[in-house]
Amino acid sequence: MTVLLASALSLVAIVGTAVVATSQPERQAVTLSFYGLTLTVLFLALQAPDVALSQLGVGAAIVPLMVMLAIRSIEARHSQPGSRQESGDGEPGQPDEQSGGGQP
Amino acid sequence: MSHRGRLLVFFIGAGCVAAMFAVAFFRMPAFGGTMHLYRDLAVRAAVAHQTANVVSSVDFDQRGMDTFGEEAILLASVVGAAVLLRPSDEEAELRPKRPGRILPSTKLLGYALLPVTLLIGLDVVLHGQVTPGGGFQGGVVIATGLHLLYVAGSYPALDRVRPLAAFDIGEAVGGAAFGGLGIAGIVAATSFLANFLPRGSFGQLTSAGTVFVLNGAVGLEVGCGMVVLIAHFLRQDIIIAAKAEQAQ
Repeated sequence: MTVLLASALSLVAIVGTAVVATSQPERQAVTLSFYGLTLTVLFLALQAPDVALSQLGVGAAIVPLMVMLAIRSIEARHSQPGSRQESGDGEPGQPDEQSGGGQP
Repeated sequence: MSHRGRLLVFFIGAGCVAAMFAVAFFRMPAFGGTMHLYRDLAVRAAVAHQTANVVSSVDFDQRGMDTFGEEAILLASVVGAAVLLRPSDEEAELRPKRPGRILPSTKLLGYALLPVTLLIGLDVVLHGQVTPGGGFQGGVVIATGLHLLYVAGSYPALDRVRPLAAFDIGEAVGGAAFGGLGIAGIVAATSFLANFLPRGSFGQLTSAGTVFVLNGAVGLEVGCGMVVLIAHFLRQDIIIAAKAEQAQ
């Protein structure tokens, strides 16, 4: 049990650091989603399945999706008119597929 | 205020917070201990009301008022986001572009998991009083699961199965049902959100009295609210653009 808790806690610390270290905001939404998953594992290890379920839905899915959609909207508005067409298709290599935000 | 002055104020505040944290932490029970006064009381109260999932009993029976507040916060934030994200005068709606290429594996997994996810969400809502989960968790699962249709299909497809007006109403009805059950508790029993319904037998689907019904109300409110919330974000991103852009 102690080993499980220690590894879950270290996983949270490692992925949390990775979120902070991610420089591009739209990529950060993806690492944030992984961070939500590690928190889910931690809550499960702490025998709190109700909280783990909430965390899985909100922290790993809804919040990163909202962050990503907000960033995309802001970027589309900041770029020149017309360039939205390109960004709307989701460039290859961009983590758009994760949330389905890539294909209108 | 000068830079030094601000730094001084910060350090005074941070020092006070650090001192209070230190005092609080040194008086905390050790991690993983076996002494849990609140747990003992909560488990006893949950068993007395035939609620197998003690967390649900705490959320909807023992501390139902707190959950009512949380639901109100959720309702208010969804309304706030909807107000902020409505198209402004400088923006206009575009026709959604044709869907891009979707990987066949994404399509297959999305369509295969769509009914499974919705069913799991419904299951989590309905069994909130017996197993981990409940209205909130199940509602979020249903709301996110519905968007598999967008991931695997297209935005117009999602738009067709998701009449936003109905989900607006669903969210309001769910929130009102929670409040209504609370008031029914005053009328039928002694207090706001009192557990006045027959409690059935321990561990059964129909046990726990109002916890079961409240879970349904919360499931409706959260499910519809999350769909509305994501819908407004998606709409901003996909079909709303500046007017200058539309003219091109």
